[in-house]
Amino acid sequence: MGDMQDNMLPVIGLEIHVELATETKIFCRCANRFGDPPNTHTCPVCIGMPGAMPVMNQKAVEYSMKVGLALNCTVPNFTKWDRKSYYYPDLPKNYQISQYDLPLAIAGHLDIPLAGNKVKRIDITRAHLEEDAGKNVHDFPAHTGVDLNRAGIPLLEIVTEPDLRNVEEVMSFARSMHRLVRWLGVSHANMEMGQMRFEPNISLWVGDPEKVFDESAGYFTPIFEVKNLNSFRSLERTCQWVIDYHQAQIAEKGKAWSLADVGKQNWGFRDNLNACEFQRGKEEAHDYRYFPEPDLAPVVVDDAWRQKIRNELDEVGELPIARQRRYLTEWKLTEKEADALTQDIATSDLCDHSVEAGADPKRVVNLLLGRGAAIANERGCVIGKIGISDVQLPDLAKMLTKGEVNATAADKIFDIVVDSDALPAKIAESEGLLAVSDAGKITEWVDEAIAKNPQAVEDVHAGGKKQKKAFGFLTGQVMQLSRGAATPAEVQKLLQEKLGR
Amino acid sequence: MTEKKIDNELIRHIALLARIEMTDEQADALGRQFTDIVAYVDKLSELDTDGIEPMAHALDVCNVLADDVPGESLSSEQALANAPARDGDFFKVPKVIGDSQ
Repeated sequence: MGDMQDNMLPVIGLEIHVELATETKIFCRCANRFGDPPNTHTCPVCIGMPGAMPVMNQKAVEYSMKVGLALNCTVPNFTKWDRKSYYYPDLPKNYQISQYDLPLAIAGHLDIPLAGNKVKRIDITRAHLEEDAGKNVHDFPAHTGVDLNRAGIPLLEIVTEPDLRNVEEVMSFARSMHRLVRWLGVSHANMEMGQMRFEPNISLWVGDPEKVFDESAGYFTPIFEVKNLNSFRSLERTCQWVIDYHQAQIAEKGKAWSLADVGKQNWGFRDNLNACEFQRGKEEAHDYRYFPEPDLAPVVVDDAWRQKIRNELDEVGELPIARQRRYLTEWKLTEKEADALTQDIATSDLCDHSVEAGADPKRVVNLLLGRGAAIANERGCVIGKIGISDVQLPDLAKMLTKGEVNATAADKIFDIVVDSDALPAKIAESEGLLAVSDAGKITEWVDEAIAKNPQAVEDVHAGGKKQKKAFGFLTGQVMQLSRGAATPAEVQKLLQEKLGR
Repeated sequence: MTEKKIDNELIRHIALLARIEMTDEQADALGRQFTDIVAYVDKLSELDTDGIEPMAHALDVCNVLADDVPGESLSSEQALANAPARDGDFFKVPKVIGDSQ
């Protein structure tokens, strides 16, 4: 078995469901809103009344096109919708309007970042636009409650080729997609609200890892499909669990544990068990009986419309992964810094605009990821929206570079600037935070500190282990007297002179 | 022209998909009717359809689109008015597990 263990390669494809952030639902003009009381945003269309007719939301089509183009997909001239039939209480029509053979976007790719400054291209099979189902609420002991506010919210399903080969790649792809749809402004992608859900298809290739899909060189274990994962954590745990499970099955059953013999299975992730459990096998696979949706007209996309969406995409500018790479290569940031700054467009834009205004990138990044991140955390918003502008931030960064303020003063100015329109230079002046390296002024503070702290002075003179601590204490006293404005190096130099060391 | 027999097993499968209960007599009768219907529709296969695009819609229309502007919805009372059972403002259904998606 030893050799076999070495030749097991995870082969993973990902389906990602993204709720689009339109004002209204996909086929009716009920509000697309999360968190309101149950069944307050419904109408005959989304509740599935016989005879009610759906009308396609143009914005939902355009948001989908935008994602398709951002993923380097072809947006075909002709797209249509189909009925996918199945019975479930959250699906009032007993069919979901989805897209079967002619989706809105096909054959694209996304280049995902990997550790060690590497990049891997993941092919996108398709992206299609469908309606979300309602929400089953399981808070009742003996029955289930159904809330149809979610029924009919536009849902974009993005499907990858089975190009992902380990958990790291899955997670990088998932995070990249999450960032991308938020960047484009087409989805809030809040996972706690179910606005982004993952569905991995996981199998292991047992055989020559250079010849995946070549039947003469190996075989696949059964494909496990796990639906409805609504956190990065559950996605990561699911992938790892399924990989481990397959390895154990191979060890036990050998070649009998194969896709050919067992087929495809549906499994569900149980958060409380931190494990997956069997749901259904190929025998119970759904029979969806897709057929063209007679109530919806097809959509024809001409060059002008496609170009309009492409122009909108161009206005968004450089996308997050490209920015991340630029921060790494041009600004020489760490992977962690580059990642943190490209979480959202507001933060990244603030950073870029500040550097364009002539500030040193490293200074800007340190300010944003230091005091900026702390304030964002306190306020529960992204760093880019804490209130410092792309005029104020470079001003502060430049003052630091020129030594006009020290780091302590810069943090204080930062705290004031987020709630003010004033320039940091003005604040530094009015608050007396400008760095003082003038020896005369600092000497006054040094003398005062020495006069007020005879015990510390004595400790310094006494030497020994107390000396260093006492000297540090006196330095701190001087800094305090200067309200943080004195240049620390100058303070220490003068203190040393005065104390005769 | 192909001869398609709709056997009892297939009728039972279709009935299950549609959540319809039926007696053996009904299944037999439906089997004969389905066989006739499929044979009738199958006449279309006499035509040469090579190179003809499948029809996506009965009408020659496209791009029937609505602006993304909120309109009126039903009140929850109206929405639940025809529900066979309710619990508070929820539709009440037998216990199920998870979501369909």
